[in-house]
Formats: sequence, structure tokens, C-alpha cells
Amino acid sequence: MPFTTREIELPDPVTRVAAADAALREPADADIGEKMVLNMGPSHPATHGVLRLILELDGEIITKATPDIGFLHRGDEKIAENMQYNQFVPYTDRLDYLAPLSNNVAYALAVEKLMAWEIPPRGKAIRTICCETSRISSHLMGLGAMALDLGAMTVFLYTFTEREKLYDLFELLTGARFTTSYTRVGGQIRDLPEHFIPQLKKFLDDFGPSLDECDKLLTRNRIFVDRTKDIGVISKERAIAYALSGPNLRGSGIEHDLRHKHPYLDYDNYDFDVVIGSAGDCYDRYLVRIEEMRQSVRILRQVIDKLPGGPINVADWKNMTPPKSRVMTKMEELIHHFIVVTEGLDAPPGEIYFAAENPKGELGFYINSRGGGVPYRLKIRAPSFVNLSILPELLPGCMVSDVPAVLGSLDFVMGECDR
Amino acid sequence: MDFAFVVTSLLKIVGILVVILTMVSYAVYAERRVSAFIQDRLGPNRVGPAGLFQPIADMFKLLLKEDFTPRSANTFYYWLAPCLAVMPAIITIAVVPFGSTLFGVPMVIADVNVGILFVFAIASLGVYGIVIGGWASNSKYPFLGGIRSSAQMLSYELSLGLAVIPVFLLVGNLRLTSVVRYQIEHGWFIAPFVGDWTNPWKWLLAIPMIISFLVFMIAIFAETNRLPFDLPEAEQELAGGYNIEYSSMKFALYFLGEYAAMITGSAVIVTLFLGGWHFPGIPDGSHGWIFGLINIAVFFAKVAALIFIFMWVRWTLPRFRYDQLMRLGWLFFFEIALVNIFLVAAILPYTSRL
Repeated sequence: MPFTTREIELPDPVTRVAAADAALREPADADIGEKMVLNMGPSHPATHGVLRLILELDGEIITKATPDIGFLHRGDEKIAENMQYNQFVPYTDRLDYLAPLSNNVAYALAVEKLMAWEIPPRGKAIRTICCETSRISSHLMGLGAMALDLGAMTVFLYTFTEREKLYDLFELLTGARFTTSYTRVGGQIRDLPEHFIPQLKKFLDDFGPSLDECDKLLTRNRIFVDRTKDIGVISKERAIAYALSGPNLRGSGIEHDLRHKHPYLDYDNYDFDVVIGSAGDCYDRYLVRIEEMRQSVRILRQVIDKLPGGPINVADWKNMTPPKSRVMTKMEELIHHFIVVTEGLDAPPGEIYFAAENPKGELGFYINSRGGGVPYRLKIRAPSFVNLSILPELLPGCMVSDVPAVLGSLDFVMGECDR
Repeated sequence: MDFAFVVTSLLKIVGILVVILTMVSYAVYAERRVSAFIQDRLGPNRVGPAGLFQPIADMFKLLLKEDFTPRSANTFYYWLAPCLAVMPAIITIAVVPFGSTLFGVPMVIADVNVGILFVFAIASLGVYGIVIGGWASNSKYPFLGGIRSSAQMLSYELSLGLAVIPVFLLVGNLRLTSVVRYQIEHGWFIAPFVGDWTNPWKWLLAIPMIISFLVFMIAIFAETNRLPFDLPEAEQELAGGYNIEYSSMKFALYFLGEYAAMITGSAVIVTLFLGGWHFPGIPDGSHGWIFGLINIAVFFAKVAALIFIFMWVRWTLPRFRYDQLMRLGWLFFFEIALVNIFLVAAILPYTSRL
């Protein structure tokens, strides 16, 4: 038998994984009847939606893990080919549905890159607020769900309470709590409401202590540390080889953050640290998320301080709809509005790729345009999809109890993975 | 065996059964309220005043559910397992003294001279309910839950047994009423300030007793499958574990078993370490029936306080992995309990009947 309890105690998890891998290549007929195939998901509390894992177990030790995805496939990329650029915005809400605002922003920025537009400073600042608040909300959920999967339900509800406050803010900003559809190509649907900034400030003031509370409940909790440390170790090389991104990549100790490396919006004006881990285990990924939330708070405070005035949308009147007040009163504007709405943008032919640092990782949009208001092909690089690809390598050698820890620390969303 | 004995015993059995079953359903309610309190929620507050009729509604809900038996299950064991889970927890309470005397009748159903052995012998049967239920369901997650349960039992049962030995080294016999009697005379085991607090030996002896208490308490957590050790259930890993395939009253029996085990576990802890029904300054039942009633109330108040701690811990801590639990049981608590016995044995000769 290649797998015994002795192997659980091998000091180095990387060797454990390697040994498990090597054992998989042995002929299977030697131990037929010894292994149990366990189907985890698509409806299982720990799989965060509809991920299905086919686990081959020896006792409780996993010898082989095959993820099966696609239960939430809606064909978003194909759908995009049949509609104008602005019509696709609501579909981006449903990619990573835990951070719809930052998906909106990433998509809008991608199309704007195709249009070679640069939105005014106030628009950028508002988008930065969108990105960072949704980063906090997404990480809160990731953190809470990870704690829940390890049995600490109370932390989950604490983070949910905080997230609820953020959703109130989103509601104030966009009119919707969950499916925000806030951005349009070339700007936002509306400016910040009157009470938004004071409320955001209040949230930021209250958020620090609440986060510290969750931090205290978990970070030095012996059971939590035992359950996450040295579990699901991703080395630097493997992280790069599997093209991980976001906190999962930084947890392995690679200093790569698109906000830093390829600053978009006006991230280069703000002062923040790129948080990295050292060992690349579940615990490090958890710590990276906690600290990233603090950094987001830091960014948000700077944005509030420097918030510029002025317009929020691009002033390209060939492609943007005119102000509503004028559409209703002037004939020319009404005709123009009609043309823009029915024909869409006048996008130039060409291809672009734009990636934004989303809470889950690098969300990229590749757009192939042949001119006109509809993309010829739109490809979404979904971070969850890429991050999940490491599972077959990560899980062998772990125990069934480690699966929730690993899945929770990878923090994926199936809506984005299956798209 | 005279007639009066039979009648009073029957009355006590019926009484304690009614009390325990009510306590179980209200423990579920309390659990939901306490968890809500800890998590900044409201909890069930719709049915009746402050949601107090919620347990009754829950009971009807479970009674009216379809009682489904999977075709591939082994029917006999599938039906037997929930009973096995609930019976031991309720039987155990028989030897625990829950009061002094009421109208001259001792408030314990069976004052047997092997008290604690009886508790261990019966209480450890509870794990069969889980193991057999997991196996008989003929399904993979329950099966894993059952396996985990037996592994878990092996790791805590030993420290559970060893942790109480210091108590009986002091008391000198295994009868649970004697343990209470001893604590009334010499003060509670873990509270040296109660009673003769000037005796330094008592303070010295309290150290191993507190260690004993902690080990025993943690082992009871494991015995009752409560959260830091709820591995057989492990909702997020095994999606409910051993009770996945159960529905309706069979599922309710498992639930009942868990809470009944928690109540009897608390009752045993109270008896062994917290002075049973005794409270300083309150005389026993021979001074009037009102004191007899107060003694019973004190006992259940202590049990309720312990149950609150059980819930508090459940909603604060994450869950162990099962190899970690085994390591903890075998490499940590086992040694501590063992050394503790020697410690007490070493102190005992010098205490000169304290």
C-alpha cells in the first residue's frame, strides 16, 4: 500500500504531494478494491457553488482529485458576440458575483482601451472606490467562507455583517445590492450620490475594529493554524507554472499585483503595499487576504482625500449618449441618442487585451473587434478558472478534511470559472 | 423489594425522563438563541413568546416528514442505529444523583456501587449508534463519518477514563453519591475556597483536580460530538456525515441523542467536579422538602451553566482534523491524565484526611 498514516507525518508537504503523484503512476490493479471514489459536489456545502470533485480516497487520504466544472456554464463569451458593448455590462455582474463592481470596471476599461479613451480624473477615482470596496466585500466573503468550511461559523456571520454594510453602500451608489451594472463604456451611469462619501468614511472607521475581531478569532487560533498551515502548499514555481493570480499567487511569495506592475485607473497615485506570503500554504493565503483588506482601506482613504471634481464620463460625443435633459428638449440630441443606442459604439477594428487586478485575481478581457458596435470575439480570462486548475496537483496527499481548507483558501467563484 | 421503593423509583424514572426530554428540546432552542446572541443575530423568536414554542413546532415538523429508508440500506441496522444513539445517553443519567432527598427519598434512580464504571460502560455504547448508522446507510459520506467516529472514540475514551481516577483516589469508592457526599464535607474538587479554605493541602490538591477537570471536560466534548470535535458530522466536509441518509424521527433521534449526551455529560461533570447538587449554605433535603427542591434546582442550574459553556465553545472554535484529534488524545491528554494520577497519588499520603 503506498499510502499509510505514516505519510501524513512526513514533514514536508511538497514531498508528500510528489510521493502521491508518483504513486498515481503505479499500475492501479495492485490495489483494486482498496480505494474509494468519492463524489464531492456539485451540491456540497464546501464547494462554493457547483464545483464537482471526483476524489479517489485511500482511507481519508486523497490519492487523486479530478475537478469537474461547467455546471454553471452560460456561454457568456458567445453571448457577448451578439450584443453591443454596453449591453454586455450586466453579464459581467454575473461573472464573479461576489465582486460585480470590479468586473464592471474591468470590462469598461477593456472596451475603453479598444476605443483609446481615457476617462476624466473624477471618473477614475469613482472607479477606484468601486474596485476597492468590492475587493473588501469579496475578501470578506472569502475569509468568512473559509472559516465556515473549517467549522468556525461565527466568523462567517461577522464578516457577513460587514459585507451587508458594504452592500448598503453599493445600493446607494448603483441602486442595486448585488447585480450592480454600474459602469458604461466611457464612464459611469451616474455620479456619486450626496451621502455616499460620508457613509463610506463611516464604514472605513468601523471596519478596522471589526476586521481585527475576526483576525483575533482566527489568526492565532491553534486549531485554525493547525488546519491551514502546511496544507495545500503551492511553491513559487508551481504558482507561476499554473498561472495563478491574485492573492493565491501572492500567497506563494510572488510580488505581482497588476495595480502595481501595470497601473490602470490612477493606482500609481496612491500609496499601498503589495502583500505577499512566504510559504504558499492555506494559512498564508488567508493572511494575504486579511492584509489586502487593510491595504484597500488605506487606498480608499487616500481616494476620499484626493477626490477630484469635474466630469465623470468621456466627452466623445460621437459615441456617448448626450445628457438626458438635452435629449428631451433638442431634436439633434434626440436623433443622436437614437443612433448611439441602436448602433452602439463605433469601435475601431483591432484586438486588445486588458487585465485588471480583481479580488480573485487577474480578470482579463480579450476583445477582437472588426469594427462596429459588436465584438467579433470576446474572451474572458477568469481568475477562478485558472486558479482551480492547480487542484489535481494540490489535493493528492491531503485528507478529506483538508479539502474545505484548500478550496476555501483558493477562494473561487464558479460563476466566473464556468462563465 | 417493597412496594414503596418500586413506586418511587418508577416516579423518578418517569420524572427524569420527562425532564431530560424537555431539556433536550429546549437545549436545541437555547443553542439557536445562544448562537444567535454570539453571532449578532436574533434567532428563533416567532413561535410563541420569544420563540419559546419553537421546539414544539420543530417536533411536529420532524414527525410529519417522510420517513424514508434508502433501498440499498441494511434495514435492520438502519432502524436500530438511531435508537442505539439515543438510549445510552438517557440510561446514563440513572446513576447520577440529581438532588439530595425529597420526602426522605434519595434523588437518584439507581445508587449503584459501580457508578462511574456504569457511566463509562453505557455512554461509550453511544458511538455504536453512529458507527452502525454510518455503515447501514450504505452510502459513502455516512460511512466516512462512522469510521471517523470510531477513530475518535479510541482517542478520547482513554483520557476520559484516566481523568476521573484522581477523583476516586480521593473519595475511595466509585459510588457517585459518595463523590457528592465527599465534596459536601471537603469542598468542591475544583474550588478549594469553598469550605475549609485555610487548609494548604486542599489548595495543592486543587491543581491536579483542575487539570483532571479540564481533561475530562474536553473528553466529554469529544464524546458528545460537539464542535471542536464534531468530525463524524463535519457539515462542510462530509455534508452531515453519519446522518445524511436519515430523515424524519430517525434523524430527530440522532439529534436527541446528541443533546441528551450533552446533558448527561454535563450532569456527570457537575457530579464529579462541581459538587453535584450541593451549594454552600443550602442544607440538604432532610431539613425540609423545600430544600430538597432547591437542591434539585441547584443541580440543574449547574448543568445549564455547563451546557451554555458547551454552546459557547461550539460557536467560537473551528473544527479539528481527525488525525489531529487522535494525536491530541494519545500524545497530549493521555499523558497529562496519567501524570496527573501520579501527582494526586503523591500528594494524597501527606494530606492526612483533609
